[in-house]
Amino acid sequence: MGKRSKVIEKDAVVIRFSGDSGDGMQLTGTLFSNTSALFGHDISTFPDYPAEIRAPQGTVGGVSGFQVHIGHKLINTPGDFTDILVAMNPAAVRANARWLRKGSTIIYDSDNFTEKSIQRAGYKADPFAEDKLDSMNLIAAPITTLVKEALKDMEIDPKTVLRTKNMFALGMVYWLFDSKLKYTEDFIEEKFGKKPLVAEANSKVLRAGYYYGETIEALTPSYRVDPAPIKKGTYRNINGNQATSWGVLAAAEKAGLKLFIGSYPITPATGILEELALRKDMGVKSLQAEDEIAGICTSIGASFAGRLAVTSTSGPGLALKSEALNLAVMTELPLVVIDVQRGGPSTGLPTKTEQSDLWQALYGRNGESPVPVLAAGTPSDCFRFGFEAAKIAIEHMTPVILLTDSYLANGSEPWKIPSTKDLPSITVPYAVKTDKEFLAYERDPETLSRKWAIPGTPGLEHRVGGLEKTIKGSVSYTPENHEYMVRIREEKVERIVRNIPDLKVHGRKTGDLLVIGWGSSYGHIITAVSELQQEGYSISAAVFNYIRPLPKNTAKVFAGFDKLVVCELNTGQFANYLRMKHQKYTYNQYNKVQGLPFTVKEIKDYCVKLLKGKKNG
Amino acid sequence: MAETNINHYAAKDFKSDQEVRWCPGCGDHGILASLQKTLAELDIPKEKYVFVSGIGCSSRLPYYMNTYGFHGIHGRAAAIATGIKIANPDLMVWEMTGDGDALAIGGNHYIHAIRRNIDIKIILFNNEIYGLTKGQYSPTSKKGLTTKTSPYGTIEEPFKIGELTIGANGRFFARTVDYNLQLSNEVYKEAARFHGTAVVEVIQNCVIFNDGTHDAFTSKENRDDNTITLRHGEKMIFGKNRDKGIILKDLKLKVVTLGENGITEKDILTHDAHEPNPGIHYRLAGMSLPEYPVALGVIRAINAQTYDAAMIEQHERVQAKSRIRTVDELLRSGSTWEVK
Repeated sequence: MGKRSKVIEKDAVVIRFSGDSGDGMQLTGTLFSNTSALFGHDISTFPDYPAEIRAPQGTVGGVSGFQVHIGHKLINTPGDFTDILVAMNPAAVRANARWLRKGSTIIYDSDNFTEKSIQRAGYKADPFAEDKLDSMNLIAAPITTLVKEALKDMEIDPKTVLRTKNMFALGMVYWLFDSKLKYTEDFIEEKFGKKPLVAEANSKVLRAGYYYGETIEALTPSYRVDPAPIKKGTYRNINGNQATSWGVLAAAEKAGLKLFIGSYPITPATGILEELALRKDMGVKSLQAEDEIAGICTSIGASFAGRLAVTSTSGPGLALKSEALNLAVMTELPLVVIDVQRGGPSTGLPTKTEQSDLWQALYGRNGESPVPVLAAGTPSDCFRFGFEAAKIAIEHMTPVILLTDSYLANGSEPWKIPSTKDLPSITVPYAVKTDKEFLAYERDPETLSRKWAIPGTPGLEHRVGGLEKTIKGSVSYTPENHEYMVRIREEKVERIVRNIPDLKVHGRKTGDLLVIGWGSSYGHIITAVSELQQEGYSISAAVFNYIRPLPKNTAKVFAGFDKLVVCELNTGQFANYLRMKHQKYTYNQYNKVQGLPFTVKEIKDYCVKLLKGKKNG
Repeated sequence: MAETNINHYAAKDFKSDQEVRWCPGCGDHGILASLQKTLAELDIPKEKYVFVSGIGCSSRLPYYMNTYGFHGIHGRAAAIATGIKIANPDLMVWEMTGDGDALAIGGNHYIHAIRRNIDIKIILFNNEIYGLTKGQYSPTSKKGLTTKTSPYGTIEEPFKIGELTIGANGRFFARTVDYNLQLSNEVYKEAARFHGTAVVEVIQNCVIFNDGTHDAFTSKENRDDNTITLRHGEKMIFGKNRDKGIILKDLKLKVVTLGENGITEKDILTHDAHEPNPGIHYRLAGMSLPEYPVALGVIRAINAQTYDAAMIEQHERVQAKSRIRTVDELLRSGSTWEVK
C-alpha cells in the first residue's frame, strides 16, 4: 500500500463512530475494535445509542455512537475525549462536539451536510464554526456520492447501496491506521454469505473508502499505535453480557450442574438471555418467560428441581422480581439474579448507564431479607463475577444479586481466555438419604446453609415455601422460631465473608486520599488514580466487587488514609451504605447521574481539589 | 377399573405428618382424599411427584401430601411448576391453585402455561370466593355477589374457567366436584396420563364464605338433572331418569328429552374429547344453568407436542450439529488470537 508522509505515533487513540441510529455505527465500531484487538492493541469500547431503534433521522436525539479506545499501553476506559470522530451527519457533530480533544480529526460525510440537515441538528448554517471546531482537522468526504459511484456498475437497489456508507467510513479509518482489512472482509463474507451481491458491494465500498483515504493523504496525518505489552496467551474480545453468561455457565460446569435461565427481554440485559439461549449444545435450558415475575419464578422452580438457575434483568425488572426473590431467600435455594443496571427511576434511561440499583439490590424487599450482592468491574470481569455469584449461591444455598450495568454489558475489551481447570472448585451441598429423618432446614455448622434435596431422590421428600418454617420444614408462627430463623438467615449471609477475598488497594496502603468505588467505575477510578500517583499525589484507590458482605479488611484499608472519597454513578448509595456499616469514617462523595460513565478528568479534578493541590513531601 | 400398582402404595402413604388445617366441612378435604387415592393407583414412584402451589386455601395442599412440595407465592404456581418441569421432565408436576390465585393475580402465568402446553397438572379449586383473606369476590364470583369488597354486589362478569382455558389453546380441560370422589379419581387419573397442560376445574364449596354457591347443580336434589357427566365415546345423556340429552341444532347446543318430538338416542351427540377443533368443547365447557346442565368429566383432551418434549427435541437437534460441549471449547470458539 502507499507510502505515508505524515505519521503520528501515539500511545493511545480514541475513535468515535457516530451517525443516525440506522447508519450501522455499532457494527462499524465493533469491526474496528476487533481489528485493533487482533493487531495487538489493548482496547476498551463504549457503545452509546438511543432507546429508539430508529429515532428521528438527523436529530441529535437519534445519534448512535460507538467509541473505542485503542492503545499501546494498557487501556482501562473507553476514553474521555475523542481524537478521531467519524460523523455521518451534522447531528453527530453536535452530539459529540463537547467530547472532542483539541486538534482532533473529524471525518464527515459532506453529502449529508445539507441546509436542511444542518438546521435539523440545531445549527444555523455552519456546524464547525458554530461549535468552534474550525481549528480541528476537518476531512470532508462526499461519502454518499462516492459510494454510489463505486457501485454504479452493480445491479443492486439504491437502499442497499446507501447502507454500505458505514463501510466506506470504516475503510477510511482503516487507512488512517494502516490496518488490515482481512478481518472485516471475512466478516462481510460470513454475514452476507447468502447474498453474494451484498457481500461484494460492502467489500468494494470498504476498499473504496480505504483508497480514498490514500488519495486524499495530503489532507490527513495517519496514526501508528504499536501493540500493547500484553501477557502471552490466547485472547478474544468479550463484552459484559457475554462474559456474565459464560461465567455462570462455567460455574455450572464446575459444579456438575446443568444451567437454566428464565428471563424476560429488557434493555440492557437481554444479551444474557440471548447468549444462553444459544447454548443448547451445552444443555442450557432457557425460557423466555411471559413476564419478569415468571422469569424468576421458573428459575426458582428449576433451582428446586436441581439446576443452577439464573434470571437476568435490569432495574425495573428487579423491582418486579422482588417478591419472588424473597421466596428464594425463604426457601434457601441457590439462584443468581443478574441486574444489568440502567438509568432510573421507572423506565428512566433504558440504554444509558447508572449505578443506582444498589439500594434496591440491598434493601428492596419486604421483611428481613439478606441477599449477597456482588458487582463486576470491567466487561471481562463479568466472567469472574458471574462465576463467583453462582459459586456463592450454590455453596451457601442463597439467592445472589450480581450488579453489572449498561456500560459493562455493551462495552468490550480483549480478554485472556482462562482455562476452566484454573477456576475454583464448587462444592454442591447435596442432601443424602440416611437412616435419620431428612430435615429441610438442618444447617451446615460452618456455613449455616441447608442441604439441597433434589426432587426425584427417594426418601428426601420434603416441602418448602414462603411461610416461616421450623428446622423440619413445618409451617410455624411461633414467635421465638421466627426470630431464630430471621437471625440465622442473616448470619448465613454474613458468614460468606469467610470465603471472599480481601479488598485490594491500588497503590500505597496509607496516604492522603483513598478513592473508593464499586463495580463498573473501576476503569475510570484506576486510571485517574494512577495518573495522579505519577503526578506525585499521595493517593490510592479501592474498588469494591463484594458489596454484601463487605470484605473483612474494609475498615483496615480505610484507616490508612486521611481522607476518603466515594465515587459512584448515583447520588451516594454506596457512600451511605458505608456510613452505616463503617460509621467511624468520614466519607466525601463524588457523584454523577447523567446516564454516562465518569471521565478520568473529572475524577482527577475532584481529587486534586480535595487534596487542595498538595503533593507528596 | 382395576389398576396395576407396581409400587403397592395405599392412599395413606401420601399423607404427610402435617395436621390438615382446612375448616371442617371444606370441600378441600375431599380433593385431598381423592388425589391421595389417585396417586396410590398410578404406577409412578412417590419421589417423582412434586406438588406446587400459590397462595390461598387450595395452596396449602402440598403440605398435606407426603411428596416433594413447593408452596409458592400468590399467583406464581404455574411459573414455578413450569421451571420444575423444564429442569427435570422426569418429574410429574401437580399445581394446586384456586380461582383467585390462578385467574386474578396469576392470570398471566395461567394462560401462558396452557399456551405452551407444558406437561403439568393444574387442579383449580373453584369456590368463587377469596377464602383465606376471609370473603372477597373473585374472578369467578357470580355477577352481583355481595361480599366484603362488593357490599352492593359485584358489577363484573365472571370468567368461565373452561372457556378461558380453551380460549388459551388448552388441550385438556375437565371438571369435577369436590365431594364426588369417584368422578374426581377418574378425572385426575386421566389428567395424570395426559401429556401436556391438564386443567381440572374442581367445583369446590367454601362452607364459611360462599356456602352453597354451587348448590343449583351440586346438591343432592339437583345434581342428576342439572349436571351431565361427559365421557369420550358416550352419548350425552343425563337426568335422574336418563331421559335428557344434548343435540346440536342451528349451530347451538340444545337440551332435548328422549321420546319427545321423535327424539331417539341416535339423535343425541356422542362426546368426542379428542376432536382438535375447540368449538364444541368450548360450548360444552361453557354450559350453565338454567338453559343447560353443567358439564362434568373430561371435556377436552387432545394430544399435541408438549413444551418440555419440544425442548428436549430441539436440544438434541442442536447438539447433533454443534461441536461445542464444554466451557473451554466455548471460550475458544469464534474469533481468537494469540499474543506471543
